[in-house]
Amino acid sequence: MNFKHKYFFLFPGLFVLIGILIFPIIFVVRLSLSGWNSYNPGLDYIGLENYIRLFTDDPRFWESFFRLSFLSVTTVILQYVIGFALAHMVWKDIKFKRFFRVLFLVPMMTTPVIMTVIWRTFFHESLGPVNDLLSVFGVAPKWLTDPVIAKFTVIIVEVWQWTPFMFLLLLAGLLSLPKEPFLAAAIDGASPVRKFIYVTFPLMAPISIGAIIIRLIEASKIMDTVYVLTSGGPGTSTETSSFYIFIKGLREFQMGYAASMSFTYLIIMIISLTIIAKVLTKVLLKE
Amino acid sequence: MNKLYIFLKYFFIVVWTVFVVAPFLWALTTSFKDFQSVNGGVTYIPWLDFEPNLEGWKVLIKSPAKGGVDIIEPYFNSLFVTCTASLISIILGTLSAYALSRYTFKAGFVKNNDITFFFISQRIMPPIVLSIPFFLFLSSINLLDSLTGLIVVYIVLLMPIAVWIMVDFFNKVPREIDETALIDGCNPYQAFLKVVLPNSIPGLIVAGMFCIIFGWIDFFFAFILTFTEVQLLPVKIVALNSSVTPWWSLSASALVSVAPLIIVAFIVERYLSKGNLSGAIK
Repeated sequence: MNFKHKYFFLFPGLFVLIGILIFPIIFVVRLSLSGWNSYNPGLDYIGLENYIRLFTDDPRFWESFFRLSFLSVTTVILQYVIGFALAHMVWKDIKFKRFFRVLFLVPMMTTPVIMTVIWRTFFHESLGPVNDLLSVFGVAPKWLTDPVIAKFTVIIVEVWQWTPFMFLLLLAGLLSLPKEPFLAAAIDGASPVRKFIYVTFPLMAPISIGAIIIRLIEASKIMDTVYVLTSGGPGTSTETSSFYIFIKGLREFQMGYAASMSFTYLIIMIISLTIIAKVLTKVLLKE
Repeated sequence: MNKLYIFLKYFFIVVWTVFVVAPFLWALTTSFKDFQSVNGGVTYIPWLDFEPNLEGWKVLIKSPAKGGVDIIEPYFNSLFVTCTASLISIILGTLSAYALSRYTFKAGFVKNNDITFFFISQRIMPPIVLSIPFFLFLSSINLLDSLTGLIVVYIVLLMPIAVWIMVDFFNKVPREIDETALIDGCNPYQAFLKVVLPNSIPGLIVAGMFCIIFGWIDFFFAFILTFTEVQLLPVKIVALNSSVTPWWSLSASALVSVAPLIIVAFIVERYLSKGNLSGAIK
């Protein structure tokens, strides 16, 4: 095929993306070396001071990061297990197959923050239906104001919101599997459980890795759900990295420091996601 | 054994269905409540537990001066930003995806896969990292609090999705069809427009839907980059939440804003069943 035309196809998109992105990324790095705050806005140069502060004097950032890791890993594992189960159930013929497929997809089409507003009323401690129904058992968990339970509320909302995405990816994968291995298993008279362990799951391994990585990437950005549901509270018990950076940068206007945090956060994200991808590939593909 | 399996299967499906539907049902009933039936204890069933009324829905179309919740303008803003950004992302993304699928690129150690990965990897970027420079950048060129500024930002969000889906889709469209077109005397652009694109409509629809979903549900950038001049729907509704909360109008407006994309769920399921989504994931 012709040589020159290919650039006309590729470059508009590539250059628009680079054009929009290159400035912000360079700017974040430069900003992170400055002491820009609300008293002193401007790109002065203070060296690595922000980074030193971040690594030696800011446990809150690292706590928020570990909290984020906990929240995203837990939600993604739950989403994977539930999503796989659901996809497997509506994969073959069941009654009202298409109805259930559509229904299970619906939550991901809804705006997370708007549904979170509804969840807030849902989990309201005195006026919400959850505690009203639980009062039969004489318990009234503080869904939004207890430091431990609030984390699980965030997880519940995230699982509701994004399991459909996992379900979609896994169901699309299941539908694209070749038929022959299943025929062979059926001829051998394998039980459903054995069929799942020895045929379905290994065939799904590459797709599972893809789906888990995609979801981990998206889950690592958890922020708006937290903002609406608990505002990071009570205290800082549901604060994620993004949310902490947001508070420092766009509430307290410590732009320089927030930039150094967001750059550090980006680097950690890239490194840890790469490692997770490598590990998952090894573990799941070897079996 | 088999019976137990089937029982567990349907049990699980029913439990999950209840979980999925619960917030919608709660929002639907709440939208017909009034002050007394929200604050006087939890009520569930209309007519039995409380007297339904349409107040929550009526305020949606009242003007703000009369105490209404003005969601019509944010609605159109959201629609406009999402559609424009999706359209631009799809056009640019499709062109790039076509190039990456059909031609080979090599610049030093950078090859096709690396360029594709570059596009897709933009999804890894946490929004917060971009938000601070975008905030300062847009304010310096007076595009803060404007639709144009938001569209620019959304392109970054959506183009990776478009490229991701379209590269896979073009890889599945047989090369022979564009080669035949070229032999028949088309130039590469005509071949692309007249032969390849018409054969890629399912892919374009899937990519378009995903762009629209991820554009429509975004809250973060709209929240940070707009204030009063321009309001998008999610920001508007979250703002309702922070004041003394009239749960009925809140629920009604939430339902109105999530309704359009539920149609998308039907379209996604259609293409899923036809097998058009399978390639994109691998």
